[in-house]
Amino acid sequence: MSSEYQTTDTLDVTGQSCPMPVVKTKQAIDDLEAGDVLEVVATDSGSMSDIQGWADGTDGVALLEQVADDDRYIHYVEKTAE
Amino acid sequence: MSTEHSPPPTDDAERAFDPAELQALRERVAELEETVADDGDGTKMTIVATQGSFDMAYPPLILASTAAAFGWDVVVFHTFWGLDILHEEKSADLKLSAVGNPNMPVPNAIAALPGMDTVATKLMQKRIDDNGTATIKELIDLSLESGVDLQACQMTIELMDYDEDDFYDGVTTGVGAATALQHMADSDIQLLV
Repeated sequence: MSSEYQTTDTLDVTGQSCPMPVVKTKQAIDDLEAGDVLEVVATDSGSMSDIQGWADGTDGVALLEQVADDDRYIHYVEKTAE
Repeated sequence: MSTEHSPPPTDDAERAFDPAELQALRERVAELEETVADDGDGTKMTIVATQGSFDMAYPPLILASTAAAFGWDVVVFHTFWGLDILHEEKSADLKLSAVGNPNMPVPNAIAALPGMDTVATKLMQKRIDDNGTATIKELIDLSLESGVDLQACQMTIELMDYDEDDFYDGVTTGVGAATALQHMADSDIQLLV
C-alpha cells in the first residue's frame, strides 16, 4: 500500500467523522511542498466520497489512490502546486 | 521544392497577421484566461444561521469549515438564536429540544417534563462523542482558523442584550442585514439554516 508511493507524511484521522477527514487533510496539505504525497488514514466510510470530492474541487491537489482496507480507508493525496 | 504553388499573400492574410492586432488578441486571451481562473478559485458561499439549538449548530459549521477546505470565501451570518453558537458562554451550553422532535424516543407529554431537554442533550452529546464527531467549539475554532468569516448580527446582539466581548475572538461584530445581503449577492451558494 504505502510502498507504492513515496509518502511524505501520514495523517491519522481514525475515529473522526465528517468534516474532520477533509478539513484536516487540507490543513496537512498546506504544510507540505509541491510534489509531496500525503497518506490519510481514516475510519469514516464517508471519507471515500468526501476526499474525492474535495480533491476534484480543489486546485493544487491530486487524489492518487484510495484503498479500503478492512475498516480503514486510506487516501493518497499529492500536492501538485503551492 | 518549388514555392510557385504557394498562393501569394492576399490583403486579408496580411491583415490577419498584423502584429499589433495579434498582440492585442494575445493580451485579450490572457486577460480572459485570468478571469476564468479567478472564477474557478473564487467560489463564494453565504450561510445564514438562525437556529441556536445543539443539533442546529452543526450544519452551518460543518458546511462552512468544509467549504473553507475547498478554498472558498465563506461568510456565516448568525442572527437571532443562531447568535448563541458564537457566544462563548451560551455556545458551551446549547440544548437539544426534546419536545416536538419526532426523533425522540419519548412522547411529547413526557418530553415536556422539566429536565427532559437536558437529558436529550446529554444523550445526543454521548452519541456525538462515541461517533468521533467534532464538538461545536472545535468546529468554530477550525472555521476561524481556516478563514471563515463568522459574523454576529449587531441588531440581535443588542436585542438579546449581549456584549460584543461575549463572542469568540475572531468573530465579526458590527454587521447587519445589508452586509449579509451584499455577500449573498456575490455568492454562488446561499443557505438559510
